[in-house]
Amino acid sequence: MDTLAKALISRASGQSKLRVDDVVICEVDLAMIHDSGGPRRVKPILDRLQRQVWDKDKIVVVTDHYVPADNAETQAIQALTKQWVQDQSIDKFYDEQGICHVVLPERGHLAPGLFCVGGDSHSPTGGAFGAYMFGIGATEMAGVLATGEIWIKVPETILMSWRNQLSAYVTAKDMMLAMCRKIGMGGGRYQAIQYAGQTIQALSMQERMTLSNMAAELGAQAGLIAPDEATVAFVQAAGGTVPANWRDFQIEAAESAENVMQFDAASLEPQIAAPHSPENADAADAFRNISFDVAYIGACTGAKYVDLAAAAEVLKGRRIAKNVTLKVAPASLRDQNRAAQDGIMQILQDAGAEFLANSCGICAGYGEDRLAENQVCLSSTARNFKGRMGAPSSQVYLASPYTVAASAVTGRLSDPRQVMGGG
Amino acid sequence: MARLWRFDTTIDTDVLAPGFYMKKPLEELARHCLEAVRPEFAASVRPGDVMLANANMGVGSSREQAAEVLKYLGIAAIIAPSFAGIFYRNAINLGLPVLVIDAALMGLPELVDGADVDFDFHAATLSLEGRGANIPLNPLPDFLKRLILDGGLVPHLEKRFQREESGQ
Repeated sequence: MDTLAKALISRASGQSKLRVDDVVICEVDLAMIHDSGGPRRVKPILDRLQRQVWDKDKIVVVTDHYVPADNAETQAIQALTKQWVQDQSIDKFYDEQGICHVVLPERGHLAPGLFCVGGDSHSPTGGAFGAYMFGIGATEMAGVLATGEIWIKVPETILMSWRNQLSAYVTAKDMMLAMCRKIGMGGGRYQAIQYAGQTIQALSMQERMTLSNMAAELGAQAGLIAPDEATVAFVQAAGGTVPANWRDFQIEAAESAENVMQFDAASLEPQIAAPHSPENADAADAFRNISFDVAYIGACTGAKYVDLAAAAEVLKGRRIAKNVTLKVAPASLRDQNRAAQDGIMQILQDAGAEFLANSCGICAGYGEDRLAENQVCLSSTARNFKGRMGAPSSQVYLASPYTVAASAVTGRLSDPRQVMGGG
Repeated sequence: MARLWRFDTTIDTDVLAPGFYMKKPLEELARHCLEAVRPEFAASVRPGDVMLANANMGVGSSREQAAEVLKYLGIAAIIAPSFAGIFYRNAINLGLPVLVIDAALMGLPELVDGADVDFDFHAATLSLEGRGANIPLNPLPDFLKRLILDGGLVPHLEKRFQREESGQ
């Protein structure tokens, strides 16, 4: 039996009986680009090639990196982006609606069986919907936009098999940091990682997205999850189309995977990763008493609706410590509006949070709002590379939204269970 | 002979092309390449120099400028025990040779930062001043070698479109 990765690549390449390391050409069902690696980079190449986009209905454009555009350079980038979208008659354009990896599924553009590329390294997020999706750079994206095709080397599958249920205040983010610690940032070897087992099946779609998103931090090309009824319900509610044969991609069998790793959710504790790599993870309690300056809840990884809700669960009726600033950048406008309707935004505000735009924000380090010299940050984002979020001397710890919120209350890195009781 | 720039820590895309300067033109972005880990690099690197990096070279973002600034600064080849997938594809698409070296060879005493080296793309070797035998690198698959010899993906596609238009 094929792996899910092979089944998806078979469909897109029209070739059966694929073997690992075969190089095949795939037809692309959807190409996503954003304001940084998108029009400003691909337009000159398409002009040079004298080509228009191959299929405007298969292209989604999102602005999220240079938002807010608060200077002449970034305003020029956004103007170019809008002009190009108009010139190419692209309808699927989401301007300042949130981060591409969150906007794409919430608008119904992802579905089981699709083969997709994105001009961003966190594009494996699409794997949470049973699609093969991976990140590419701008020149390769220009090639896709000109031809509708891309080459791929058929990957091995590394099956991350999770059993049992997570404890209270332990999340997909903690699972991911534990996996980063176990295999390292290169451990995925640019193969396909697939998350499987009862723990995964019990996760909400946005929690699954957190796992697929950080397949990038495991060094994998894709981060797949087999579709199930929850996937179908999400896609349909978002206005997307689920193919009639979606069950052909409901493949989780361990015997077909080239590699299998076993994990137990029941024994997993909240995790924190130390500077400057997600693989520097350990139980949150190992970092207790470390003080910090900025608590950040942001990014496609860590500021979706479920992440905001988790933070609010901790912060309800509590205030952040005096030595800490809490900054929240909800990952999409829709998630922010939903959180506002549910009273979550009010709870965060009452606790002392400041709100930033629905964009990549401090996580990407592209804008004016960044970490200052020697600042220490605890962040719900994916990457804590040296200097990424600001000054080279700044230090970033990574954790779940529960852990970020609980630590903001105590003013020191903390296990959320010590704030909430239990554990 | 060219200079070998050796890096023994993991080099990520964000130190190659820092986010804050991503909005700037390439020449300005290039001036900040690796400044967080080796501040003298951008001003000292010369055309033809070779980079020897640690495993998982180019981990992180999909930003193509991480490879593009190295090419702009004149790096002729990047050699590492392993590469992050997106960075590897980006470099090849820009026509910048990226070659894998067996991890065991990283311990050769001559492979020090600042060594005088010659890189031979066709032979996939590195030769060192004062060392008789060439250091073998893992050859690229033929189709990737072709992409680099064409000068990257864009000239490669130009050739393909010209062929298609002339009906061949």
